[in-house]
Amino acid sequence: MATARPVAAAAPVRRRRSLAPYLFMSPGLVLFVAFLLVPMCYALWLSLRGFRVSGPGPFGVREETFVGLDNYVAAVTSRDFLEGFGRLAVYGLIAVPLTLGLALLFALLLDATTTRAKRFSRTAIFVPYAVPGVIASLLWGFLYLPTTSPFSDVTQALGLGTIPFLSGTSLYGSVANIAIWGGVGFNMIIIYTSLRGIPVEIQEAARIDGASELQVALRVKVPLVVPALVLTGLFALIGTLQVYGEPTTLQPMTTSISQTWVPLMTIYRDAFTRDDLPLAAAASVLLAVGTLVVSVLLLRTTQRRAFGEG
Amino acid sequence: MAALDTATTPAPAPVRGRPHPRRPRAKVLPTAVLLLGALYCLVPVAWVLVASTKSRGELFSTFTFAPGTGLLENLRDLFAYGDGAFPLWAANSLVFAGVGAVLSTLVSTAFGYALAKYDFPGRNAIFYAVLGGVLLPGITLAIPQYLLMTKIGLAGTYWSVLLPSIISPFGIYLSRVYAGAAVPDETMEAARIDGAGEWRTFTAIGLPMLLPGMVTVFMLQFVGIWNNFLLPFVMLSDERHYPLTVGLYTLLAKGSGEPALYSLAIVGAAVSIVPLIALLLLLQRFWRVDLVSGGLKG
Repeated sequence: MATARPVAAAAPVRRRRSLAPYLFMSPGLVLFVAFLLVPMCYALWLSLRGFRVSGPGPFGVREETFVGLDNYVAAVTSRDFLEGFGRLAVYGLIAVPLTLGLALLFALLLDATTTRAKRFSRTAIFVPYAVPGVIASLLWGFLYLPTTSPFSDVTQALGLGTIPFLSGTSLYGSVANIAIWGGVGFNMIIIYTSLRGIPVEIQEAARIDGASELQVALRVKVPLVVPALVLTGLFALIGTLQVYGEPTTLQPMTTSISQTWVPLMTIYRDAFTRDDLPLAAAASVLLAVGTLVVSVLLLRTTQRRAFGEG
Repeated sequence: MAALDTATTPAPAPVRGRPHPRRPRAKVLPTAVLLLGALYCLVPVAWVLVASTKSRGELFSTFTFAPGTGLLENLRDLFAYGDGAFPLWAANSLVFAGVGAVLSTLVSTAFGYALAKYDFPGRNAIFYAVLGGVLLPGITLAIPQYLLMTKIGLAGTYWSVLLPSIISPFGIYLSRVYAGAAVPDETMEAARIDGAGEWRTFTAIGLPMLLPGMVTVFMLQFVGIWNNFLLPFVMLSDERHYPLTVGLYTLLAKGSGEPALYSLAIVGAAVSIVPLIALLLLLQRFWRVDLVSGGLKG
């Protein structure tokens, strides 16, 4: 990752400059330490603490003490937390491949020579990026609700009844759809920009060899935008692990979303409704470490293909 | 020509012959698929715009995409709700996102410039710490941040949302990539030989070259802060400090008991997405998204 720089500066000049980079970085470093490093360490410390009730009966005093890994054990054995991860996995298996697949499809179509209405489509597909997740959930929520849904209007007119968007297994698809809708445009633009960087000669060569547009897209373009796909995949994965706003917003509209539907909702409940901050801190640490491990694994396994020469 | 253009790439990017010398005939199927995607993305926005014109009765009775007659009344209700809470939320969102993104851009740019253009002890360690920060989901920090804010007595204030929004590891990372490609060492050397100090080299030579990258970081941060929900949701307790996302959420949460608040939430959603969509469309030509896609190769 590090870029090679010529180290030709003479000694006196170096000394004069030696403080400059630190000064340029100082505001960022202060904020980095204050709002990333310290909270992280605080969460780690807090996750090892716990409340013990000492004294007799219901009038015991709640005392904060060191409890080792108890909170971690409690978190990984908590049914709410584990079930939340299960739901998150189902949600992610729908949302991540579809977001990336659609983004790649639209980017390839934008880049193809045989499609029209590109400018309009590109702008239209990018529009949801400007809509906050919470507001997107609110919009889709109304499109799902039987009383206001235009889709259910149609099925009702056909005598098929309303579509149960917000209950049963279709709930996963409905929540995932909100993330897909919000994420396709941005990812499409990233992949599209990457496609535009492919030298036109390579494509022309393939065409002269008799490759069809589809073959050019699949055999020439897709392999060359793998780094962009890895990047968008990484962001989609990190985004999945921190799903919170969408199900929380849909909650008032359905009884199928519990207080612990995804892990972050469980963490929020433990911290603020149950006042069990150490448990919430342990779960936060687990979630953060999990995200980091997944990201590093993804980068490791794809790095060879993605950064071939680099 | 194209929005999100790549024309001003500082790195020698392969230039592609556009528009194509010979334009093949249009095919129906690919164009139809693309238009279907556009439709999918526009339907919810169109729906909320239409629904916001409907009066309370019309919302649950008339055909979905038929415009209603209640727009003005809905707007009046919206702006009257909770003694003018809605305009206040909008102003709060604007302050958090605007001020936060400006400060974040400045902090990230200076940081990235230092990482890219100077050799100094600890550079790699700091860079890897930043990379770690990119991968760390910021949202899992919201609760520890809240606890610390409580300790120093800032929880519930504007600062509790604004300050954590300024630090953006991804912004720093992008700024470093951009500074590495956009500011030549020779130009900096020339400025130094002419007697410019490091600060002056940065402000007079570096900053103008970094401007396109800064616009991108600004936009990413603006949208990111504007869309943030959990951080203000955790930090703030006074309804008058809420940004739009949290405000509209509380409106909807209360609405499950009172259908009247549903139409308020709908108008509120419509009014709050229109300016951001307009801003994005207006500024999209200045975006350098290729910076994001080229990022990992840096």
